[in-house]
Order: sequence, then structure tokens, then C-alpha cells
Amino acid sequence: MELSQTDAPIYEALRRFRRMRIVPFDVPGHKRGRGNMELTEFLGEDCMNVDVNSMKPLDNLCHPVSVIKDAETLAAQAFGAANAFFMVGGTTSAVQAMILYACKSGDKIIMPRNVHRSAINSLILADAIPVYVNPEVNAQLGISLGMSVSQVEQAIKNNPDAKAIMVNNPTYYGICSDLRKIVELAHAHGMLVLVDEAHGTHFYFGENFPVSAMAAGADIAAASMHKSGGSLTQSSFLLMGDKINSDYMRQIVNLTQTTSASYLLLSSLDISRKRLALGGREIFEKTVEMAQYARDEINSIGGYYAYSKELVNGDSIYDFDISKLSVYTLPIGLAGIEVYDLLRDEYDIQIEFGDIGNILAYISVGDRKRDIERLISALSEIKRRFGKSGTGMLTQEYIAPIVAETPRNAFYAEKKSLPLEQTAGEVCSEFVMCYPPGIPILAPGELITPEIIEYIKYTKEKGCQMTGTEDINVENLNVICGRK
Amino acid sequence: MELWFTERHTPNAKFSIKVDKQLYSGNSEFQRIDIFDSKEFGRFLTLDGYMMLTEKDEFIYHEMITHIPMAVHPDPKNILVIGAGDGGVLRELTKYDCIEHIDLVEIDELVVEVCKQYLPTTACRFDDPRVHCYFEDGVKFIRRCEDKYDVIIVDSTDPFGPGEGLFTKEFYGSCFKALHDDGIMVNQHESPFYAEDALAMQRSHKRIVGSFPISKVYQAHIPTYPSGHWLFGFASKKYHPTNDYNGTKWSMLGLNTRYYNPRLHVGSFALPTYVEELLRDVE
Repeated sequence: MELSQTDAPIYEALRRFRRMRIVPFDVPGHKRGRGNMELTEFLGEDCMNVDVNSMKPLDNLCHPVSVIKDAETLAAQAFGAANAFFMVGGTTSAVQAMILYACKSGDKIIMPRNVHRSAINSLILADAIPVYVNPEVNAQLGISLGMSVSQVEQAIKNNPDAKAIMVNNPTYYGICSDLRKIVELAHAHGMLVLVDEAHGTHFYFGENFPVSAMAAGADIAAASMHKSGGSLTQSSFLLMGDKINSDYMRQIVNLTQTTSASYLLLSSLDISRKRLALGGREIFEKTVEMAQYARDEINSIGGYYAYSKELVNGDSIYDFDISKLSVYTLPIGLAGIEVYDLLRDEYDIQIEFGDIGNILAYISVGDRKRDIERLISALSEIKRRFGKSGTGMLTQEYIAPIVAETPRNAFYAEKKSLPLEQTAGEVCSEFVMCYPPGIPILAPGELITPEIIEYIKYTKEKGCQMTGTEDINVENLNVICGRK
Repeated sequence: MELWFTERHTPNAKFSIKVDKQLYSGNSEFQRIDIFDSKEFGRFLTLDGYMMLTEKDEFIYHEMITHIPMAVHPDPKNILVIGAGDGGVLRELTKYDCIEHIDLVEIDELVVEVCKQYLPTTACRFDDPRVHCYFEDGVKFIRRCEDKYDVIIVDSTDPFGPGEGLFTKEFYGSCFKALHDDGIMVNQHESPFYAEDALAMQRSHKRIVGSFPISKVYQAHIPTYPSGHWLFGFASKKYHPTNDYNGTKWSMLGLNTRYYNPRLHVGSFALPTYVEELLRDVE
């Protein structure tokens, strides 16, 4: 039977399965929820009913031959990819698969330093060597930008043996690089292009968005369906171009993937793909309209700066994702993280994240106009009640890392724990980052400088949630023994 | 034939009125609007199935939400009304000659149209030249106002549905900003009786207390609202609702009311002990 985007093979198989009323003498042991009534009352019977194990009528994610294979074919079509895999370990697992596919032990990979921790974690697993391209920074907003083409060109020239280039597109803030040009350069030098597209699922379905990884000719992309695509948390897509051997990729994925993939996650991917393929254009039109309305209103409050396409500079900000609502807060005398905390504590509004100079509110089709009005009013009230002079505020800066050791060597090296103040000149063996956004300030193998120590102390003082270190309070850092 | 309108006041308690006939039913962008005729309560308006007003007891609500702040403020000229698409608050306000300007902000224009057609007892003063109507979200309207009004009356629906923004701290803060230095805000404050209503009441009280230096609560008896025991919030920058109240001055105006009077004004701020405790818990 010919498949079409109106089909949702996994979802339909689960509905058929439910009607068959099969008697379960297999896992999961809650047996359609009957064995755990408190959980069933909490999540609902319908949900527990389809929390089932792989079996012939439902296929198997580790080795798909029927309904999962069909669903993956439909997803590939919808995203314009040669192949697509359903991922149940978050976009983190998709990023990991991309890097493990491209790099073996000792291989070089060119990437911007402002990548998500999952990318650097993957370097530890693959024992790959990062060649960082330092992102340009917008001095006013203090945010890292995209990869400039000339810097990528330089990195390729200096490292002709690199296996791949990884691009973060768009960034959390909505900044896009010149993906087509980077693909062209990389392919001319025999390198793969891997795109962390965690924040760009909507590029495939909406209109007037920046170019998507597959459309730009990239080789592999990791797309967080659960962010702008509407599927359940932890579900994601791995997209592959026609040069990628998907059977080998399947083996790579199976190195670390669960053998008990959740059908709740799989069906949510299947249904969400269908929904976006059929109605994505209208869905994202509404999203953009709401984001634009909020931007205009927030800018009319004064002080705040909700930025958009006017930032585009043809290179390090090649394009901007207008569905993002990023707001610069320093002119009202408050750090982004302070506004983020005030919104939750004073106004019962939870936004995606706040960093030193900015906040990001995630807008989606699930938002209601009246909730947008609340957000705008709360920002206006925060300025009235808590605003002060914007002088003396530290802008977030990008501190170029000094890589002293590969991430893997640093991670597994003999280490000792030192108080933060005493670590200047040492080589860090762990991550330090604010989460969200989860972009490391320090990664394993990087030299700790007085500048970095100051920055960590300032972000802690402003209330950023620091993660990554073994010491939960981030007062001590693990450093490599005998490297000072 | 028996046709009954029923509203669930809690999962375990219902309130019903026998309906003579249904006069209107329609959906706006925001909610479902219905008008019924009944023998006991006359015409009544429901939004999304929740009782808004009946011809028989609406005077209690509208007099209490309007005359209390109007009688405390010594010189109210500029008034903002939020919600109140049925026109009942306007009917009471337009009795005052001292008022120069009334802005009414109602999110749902269809409510006003339907009320004009079916509820002439309340929707009777929309044509007063002092009245200016805006059909938009009150949260948005008030965000742009600064030092502009003497009295703000928040005649909202319940803290869920289209009116929920009118129970938020950002909204009360915006009201504070929109008032003159001696301004007063009065709001529909839900009921203290049933557990879930009491929680909503406490939540909004807490937010108002955090936004205004003077924040008191008064009560009225409204038979068709859940439990019949209803509260209003009185939030003010300068005037105390009873200490700064001059009942004689109000009586001299010679206005016609059926529920409100100067003795009741003072008495309505005397609350049952359990209500005082609920309020104290969040102050």
C-alpha cells in the first residue's frame, strides 16, 4: 500500500493492537496499568494501555521492518531527508549518533565552541579531537553568533584532515549561519556536515524560515521534534542525507540506544510528524504572528530589546528565526536570569531560560493570546517595580577556550578537586555550564583562567543554575593532576 | 415539559433554575453566550454555562461593586471599568453627575451586543456621552495607562477562561500604575465558601495585598452565585473604605439604590471570622 502523510503507521498499529485485547504475559509488568493503579490514575488508562513492549505487530526500533520502518519513511519524506530515524534518547542521542558516525578515535571535527554539552560529551565517547571555531559575539547583547564562513574556511585550511564540520543551527537565541555555503566548503574538502538542529524543527514546515539542514544539503541533522514540533519530551529525529549509510548509522545508534523504546514517545513522533506535514504551515504562521506581536509590544515598553531580523549581517548572523522571542534585559538594570526568576516567583510565569543579558520565552502554537498579554504585562511591571539604572551590569562574554587536552583524555585523567579560586592555570577535567542553555563555560581539557573564574562567580551570584561539576555547589572544580 | 438550567457549584453541589425558554445562544471568539427566561429570576445571562446575572438579583452585585468606591472617593471624575459587558456597572455609574469620563474595556463585543438586545435592564446606558467602549483584553489596555483614573472597577468573570488575566499580579500592578495617587480599585473577589472558590479568593487577595498599600474586603449576599456569599476587594492608594467614608455626603446626592445604603457600606466590611482568617493567612 502506498504511504502518505495522512498515515501514522505506529499510531494506527497501536490502535489496532488495543482493539485486539491481547493478554499480556510480557513486560512491562504494570500490565496495561492494572498492576499500578496510582500511576494509572495519574497518567490515565489510555496512556498505560499503549505503554507496551516491542512485538511483531508493533515492530522494533532496534531493527525496524514494518510499522516503524514505514513511519520512518514518512518522516524522511516530510523532512526532505534520504532517511530518518525515530530517537527516544532525546536530541542528545541524535547528536551523539552524528558524531560517532563521523569520527573514530583521534579524528578531528570542526565545531563552534558554543555547542550543547551533548556534542562535547560525544567527543569523549568517540575520542575525537575538537577544532573550535570561535563564534563572533554581539558585543551589545553578549550572545554568541553563528559560524562565519571565513573562519570555517580558515579552520578547514589549517585542518585538512578533519572528518566533519558541526554547525549549531539555529542557536538557542535564533541565530543562523550560512549553512549552504558551509556545506559547499565542507563537501569540496571531503568533510561531512553535521547540524545540531535542536531548535529548528519548524524550519522544515513553516514559511519564511531560514533554510533547514536537509534543504541546505547537510549530511546529518538532529531535530528536536519535542521542542517546536509538539511531540513528547525526549523524542527526536535523526535525519540523513543520501551520502549517509543508514544501515551503519543504525548500528551506531544501537550502541547506546535502549532496546525497550517507549511507544508513547514513538507514537508522539509519528502523530506530530503527520500534524506538521499536514498543517505545519498554518501552525507556524500563528506562532510567528504571536512572537512578532509580543516583540512589538515588549519593545514599546522601553528598556527591553526584543530582537529579530534587523541583526542580520550577512555572515555570523546570516539569518534569524523569527519564531524565537529573545529579549535583552540589561538596560532595565536587571540580568536576564533575574528577570527569569522574577517572572516565576512574582508572576507565576515560567520561561525557557535567562542568561546574563537575555531571556528567552518559548512561543508555540499551544500559546494563547491572553497568556502572551500576561507575559508582556509582567515584563512591564518588572520594569516599573524592580528596574534600575543599567550601568555597571556585566555583559555576557564569550571566553575563547584554551584547549590543553582532548576531552576524552581530560575526562579519564587522574584528577583532584580544588576550590574554584585556586584553579587558575589548571586544566579542567569536567564541565561547568549554566543550564539552560547548557553551553559549557569550561569543557574537559580546557585551561582555567582568572577571567573564567570571575565569570563563574558572577553568574552564580546572579542566580544562574550551574551544572556539570562533580561538586553540586560548584565551589570546587576537578582538575587534571600534575598539569600546572 | 420541564427545562432546567443547572450550574455545578462544586463536583457535589448543583444549582438549578427552571427555564421558561431560551432566548439566545451563540459562540463568540472567546466563549459561549446564552440568555434564558425564567419565572423565578427573570432573564438571565450565562457565559460558558456559568451564571453571570439574573434580572432579579443583579442589582445587589452592581450596586455593591459601584457605590462603595464611588462613595469613598471624594471627587471621582475619571473611571475605568473592565469587563462589565452587561452594562450593569455603567447603569450605576451614570447616576453620578460628578463623573466626566468612563472608559469601558470588554474583551467580548458580542456580550455587549447580546445584552443590549436581551437585557435592557442592565444594558441601558451605553449611549451616555461620557461612556467610551473599547473591545480588547483588559490586561493589554491597562498596560499603557499611567496616572489616569480615580476609580477602576474590575467586573470580571471567574479566574479561569477569558477573564483569568484579570486575577493576576501583573494586572493588579498595572491598575496601580493607571490610578492617580489617591485612586481606588474595586474587584469581583470570588466567594470564601466552597473550598476551590476560597483558594482562588485567597490567591487574588494575596496578589492585591502585594500591589496596594490599603487592601480590604467586603461582602454581599447574591443568591444566584455559588453559596450566595460573595466578596469584593477594595484596594486603595490613600483612602480607607470606612475611616475616610462620609455617608451623609453620599446621602445628599439623593441617588436611588435598592441594596446599598450608608449603614450597609460600613457593615459590609465586617466579615465572618472564618473569612477574616482566610484573608489573614495570605496577608
